[in-house]
Amino acid sequence: MEAICDEFFNIPIMVRVLPMILAGLKETLLLCAILIPIGLISGVGAMLLATSSRRVLRWPAMAFIDLFRAFPPLVLIIFVYAGVPFLGYEIPALAAVAIAFFCNSASYYGEIYRAGMKMVPPGQADAARSTGLTAAQTFLFVTFPQGVHNVLPDLISNTVELVKLTTLASVVSAPELLHEADLARSLTYNTSPLILASLIYLVVLWPVVRLMARLEHRLS
Amino acid sequence: MTAWDRFLFTFFNAEVAARTWRDVASGVGVSVFAGLAVVVTGIGVGALLAGLRSFGFRLANAPILVFVDVFRALPPLAIILVVFFGLPNVGVTLPSLVVLWLSLSLILAAFAEEVFWAGITSVPQGQWLAARSTGLSFLGALIHVVFPQAFRLAIPPLTNRTISITKNLALGSAIGVDEILGRASSELSLTFNATPLTIGAACYVLLFIPLIAISRRLERRTSWGGR
Repeated sequence: MEAICDEFFNIPIMVRVLPMILAGLKETLLLCAILIPIGLISGVGAMLLATSSRRVLRWPAMAFIDLFRAFPPLVLIIFVYAGVPFLGYEIPALAAVAIAFFCNSASYYGEIYRAGMKMVPPGQADAARSTGLTAAQTFLFVTFPQGVHNVLPDLISNTVELVKLTTLASVVSAPELLHEADLARSLTYNTSPLILASLIYLVVLWPVVRLMARLEHRLS
Repeated sequence: MTAWDRFLFTFFNAEVAARTWRDVASGVGVSVFAGLAVVVTGIGVGALLAGLRSFGFRLANAPILVFVDVFRALPPLAIILVVFFGLPNVGVTLPSLVVLWLSLSLILAAFAEEVFWAGITSVPQGQWLAARSTGLSFLGALIHVVFPQAFRLAIPPLTNRTISITKNLALGSAIGVDEILGRASSELSLTFNATPLTIGAACYVLLFIPLIAISRRLERRTSWGGR
């Protein structure tokens, strides 16, 4: 029991590595502040293309969405980060992560928006157009808000997944929370820094997970 | 060399591909084996937990809830690193493939429990009552009447979750599992060319594209049901 406490819940070690962990947390928050908006916005673009009535737009968009839903995110990050330098360009870890996440979350969010828009009755758009709204106004003020409302739990759940995926940036040495915690682990020969980082993820994400579970049950 | 030539030379180099494809592709077996093990264990444990939860024992339900929430909230890589680096220091040494299987199975079990539980609660109460009134025990009603209906409701969301969690098999490369990405990365450092990564990525995409297609069909079938 004491050995377990020493290895996983060693308070003195946690206190000692706290500055490193907090620096990592700052980087993770920065990553989230960049990656979540990229995902939410590029997803709208992917959805618009994938639901277009023109085949030349729709088919490539659907192929893009399916390809990157099948592509494991870590493989994508490594592919960009390790592959591009061989072309003769230096690529910062953050840029590689952003490119990989753009492809991944455009397709995931795009698919969610698409499911939401499919549930909006066509009469809504017809009625809005007949009041004199333009196609863009109809989308912005009438159909899109309803589509988002239909899939709100999925959007929240995908955002939680996105926050969890930021840990993959540690594999390409971006100094985010898990990377710093793992560095602290190798410096202290102790797992407590990883537990501390996990606790931070838990404190931030648990309330959202609870909220999601409640939303899901209310819907079903 | 033009930029296009350099791109082809870097990512689609036939000579490097001929030398390395066998080694990269041999990781496919490990990935498929680990993936199947994760799916069977994760969904099985998730179904058992959801079944246990429907009995309503408070002593059992509190730990189940905590387990489910924690494994839904924690990043998979954090769990894998804690298990991989933590357990040996308290005297339990597991091979990295077992660590990967265990971590991903627990994560899938947590998500599957939640999906099955949502399915069980949305089966109308009358189904329980009718089943019990035919003389079935609570367990009998659960197994023969309620769970089969819950399972059908659970299939589409479960398929999506299962795909996104099994894609985390690539995280095994971070702890030295010899799966596709791990092999592709080591070939990359041997050949100084990104073609092995292209092959590895192609292997993963080819494994998952059929699953994505299946999830699309399932989604279409359920949306016909007039939602």
